[in-house]
Amino acid sequence: MSVIEVTNLSVSFDTQDGAVEAVKDVSFHIDRGECLGIVGESGAGKSQTFLAAMGLLANNGRTSGSVRFGGRELLGLTPKEANRVRGAELAMIFQDPLTALTPHLTVAQQMAEVLSTHRGTRGADAERICLEWLERVQIAEAKRRLRQYPHELSGGMRQRVMIAMAMLCSPKLLIADEPTTALDATVQAEILDLMARLQAEENTAIALITHDMGVVARMCDRVEVMRLGAFVESGNVEDIFHAPQHDHTKMLLDSMPRLDQAKPQASPEVMSTGAILKVRDLKVNFPIKLDRGLFGRAAILRAVDGVSFDLAPGETLGIVGESGGGKSTLARAVLRLLPETHGSVTWLGKELTMLEGKALTKERRNLQIVFQDPLASLNPRMTISASIAEPLRTFQPTLTSRERKIKVAEMMERVGLDQRMINRYPHELSGGQNQRVGIARAMINRPKLVICDEAVSALDVSIQSQIIELLKELQADMGLSMLFISHDLSVVRDISHRIMVLYLGQVVELAGRDALYSAPEHPYTRMLISAAPIPDPRVERTRNRIRIPGELSSPLEPAAALRFLPSRRGQPDYRPRLQEVRPGHWVAEHDTLEAILAARASSGMPRAAVD
Amino acid sequence: MTAYIVRRVLVAVPTLVILIFACFFLMQVAPGGPFTSERPLPPQVLANIEARYGLDQPLWKQMWDYLVGIVTRFDFGPSFAYRDRDVNDIIAQGFPVTLTYGLISFAVATFAGMGIGVAAAVRHNTWLDYIAVGATFSAQALPNFVMAPILVIVFTWQLGWLPGGGWNGGQWQYLVMPVIALSTSYVASITRITRSSMLETLNSDFIRTARAKGLPEHRVIWRHAMKPAMLPVVSYLGPTFVAMITGSVVIDVYFSTGGIGRAYVDSALNRDYAVMLGVTILYGGLTVLFNLLVDVAYAWLDPKIRY
Repeated sequence: MSVIEVTNLSVSFDTQDGAVEAVKDVSFHIDRGECLGIVGESGAGKSQTFLAAMGLLANNGRTSGSVRFGGRELLGLTPKEANRVRGAELAMIFQDPLTALTPHLTVAQQMAEVLSTHRGTRGADAERICLEWLERVQIAEAKRRLRQYPHELSGGMRQRVMIAMAMLCSPKLLIADEPTTALDATVQAEILDLMARLQAEENTAIALITHDMGVVARMCDRVEVMRLGAFVESGNVEDIFHAPQHDHTKMLLDSMPRLDQAKPQASPEVMSTGAILKVRDLKVNFPIKLDRGLFGRAAILRAVDGVSFDLAPGETLGIVGESGGGKSTLARAVLRLLPETHGSVTWLGKELTMLEGKALTKERRNLQIVFQDPLASLNPRMTISASIAEPLRTFQPTLTSRERKIKVAEMMERVGLDQRMINRYPHELSGGQNQRVGIARAMINRPKLVICDEAVSALDVSIQSQIIELLKELQADMGLSMLFISHDLSVVRDISHRIMVLYLGQVVELAGRDALYSAPEHPYTRMLISAAPIPDPRVERTRNRIRIPGELSSPLEPAAALRFLPSRRGQPDYRPRLQEVRPGHWVAEHDTLEAILAARASSGMPRAAVD
Repeated sequence: MTAYIVRRVLVAVPTLVILIFACFFLMQVAPGGPFTSERPLPPQVLANIEARYGLDQPLWKQMWDYLVGIVTRFDFGPSFAYRDRDVNDIIAQGFPVTLTYGLISFAVATFAGMGIGVAAAVRHNTWLDYIAVGATFSAQALPNFVMAPILVIVFTWQLGWLPGGGWNGGQWQYLVMPVIALSTSYVASITRITRSSMLETLNSDFIRTARAKGLPEHRVIWRHAMKPAMLPVVSYLGPTFVAMITGSVVIDVYFSTGGIGRAYVDSALNRDYAVMLGVTILYGGLTVLFNLLVDVAYAWLDPKIRY
């Protein structure tokens, strides 16, 4: 029996340029206890389909068709009638847990009002139910969380609160709109496990909106593939993955990088063995004010804590780790974009950390960076050709404007930007196009080193794979070296020669790309690899996972640095040393997985192993 | 929180001392003194007067004595223009008047502005919203010195409904026009700030969550949207209050209400720098105080703000 039955649903928005059709004539149903995946790229109309069902469209939205839920027509309900359904029988959780909770209300206040609105339960009774649900979503120290504000919780905890809040009235259908996209891989794995468990226990149907084929492979029973507002393919998960019919489905599957299968290496093998960049014992500390009070106590946050590596000409070193691991800080420290660093960065035999003023500017010609958010990192008041030309003005001031124009045109063609776009502004371009501008700007002086700081993380998978191909081609053309930073292990695998894993500012493992994935040594690396979903339902549902419960510890916590070496916990200043286990494969000292899990359980760490 | 307030008050002390020194210095630099007139006084008389007020002392000594007087006795010194009154008397006489219509104007500006602003945002793109936007647009162009004569012409000359000036112990008829004149442009500004901030808040993710929870709309607005939407408004309230008090310079002249503004204007004309200094320091102290209150209100509105 289906929980929700959608027939010929269309959604359009009245804009100044006329009506825009966001959803075109879609029909589907979801059965009790079933998980339906809705996949597609950004702007495909996935969210709008379900916002329409919830009655949460923007004011200029128009709907037609029918959405039947529990024997009732949902379209055209007055807000009052809709309020009886949503939050009670039909619940929704959203992508960004950082902004989806009201900042000035405590967790208990936000949860309890659901109960008072729909069930009339208040006070101590309501609080007891809230606490029960927080425990069911396995939030650490549930009781304390009730009194906390959202900003005091980590992203993963906030998403748990969202889920608990959505489940309070045991809804028949839970709509999850990219619930794990903003989270780290290990946290994503825990949240998905949690959702799957609740689905089974409560027999709740789930509509899972996502762009990530890996998440679909793990969670869904059936899949609808959406493109430009319409469903282009539907079927059960096995068929979609193993016998896709529509080109768009095939494209989505092909462009998804896979952890378990490396694409053939396109970038040339590294020839020379000498290093153009040598980083030794690099440290970046930030002073953090801890206490309130008249004289706040200051603590030191070790964002980068003694990192060393070499980079050969033409080599790509991938840097992976979770948020807060110090990846971006490391990149900025190498480029001297941070004021205070310790340790040494040698670039072509010159000590970068000693250079000042003009001498440093001169070196910057060869040291470039591409940032994560393409739109935010371009000056909104400059045309894209002006942005691309700016490094030429700085480093080749003798060029005439005609020569500059020619070079900009060549570069734009090289990165696949149409010549007609030269006078466009960043806001008129798509994310992928803007990232091409960012790459063109970084590459126009033919630098020797480019750092890509999560350069493809904000892009759709199809665009992501195009940008990675482009970077590989440029690398082959120019022979440049790259540091490629990403939280996504599968993306890093496609582009890197060697990969370095960072945990709380320290290197825990450094190895050739194939060695790292086929024989990871460090428990943290193994945990990261096993958390990343693989877009293949058969593989994904049968593989063994390594779980070390608990979220990434705070770098301010002294014990956190020894999370994988509990036997040294008596010496809080001890730093695990890197050891070469095989030629070129370095691993930080660590205890066995069993010892780490045992230590975690015995030290009363927040959450016990779940599964 | 308490520690934060203590720290802020401690920081305010040097601010005020610097203000006192700076004002004192500027008064000395300005040409002319309280006893310069078209017909020069005989030198002996002038010397006597200067000795009586301590003006024959070196400048640093005068400044020091002034500061010590304020700190130890809360004494802003004698007025130079009125023989038997000192600055404290003048402030004590005018300030309650100014504070009365200042606070009322402040309350009117705040509540009317927030009320209209929230209503316009909630009824976005309806006739109510259009009227509010249109009216505030015009009202913003009506500062107190423009409003005051218009009000007098309409309500006193033409209609004869309200007295054209005076105070009369603060009877309501005497309060209406000063309050309207002072608050009109601020009602408009606060309405605009509230409206745009509320619109932005109503578009945020957590409002979508609140609606997805099935909460009734009034609860979404009052419980979830109100506090975050108030943040920019509150930061505007500090300067607004100060403007209400300093606006008394115009109001007292137009409506003869007898507030501190009148004394301020007179002291400038008379080169009575003791009074000028006293009133300036009073305004400065109020500014510091209100900015502190605004910061405290911020902490109440937004738990993310830590001190």
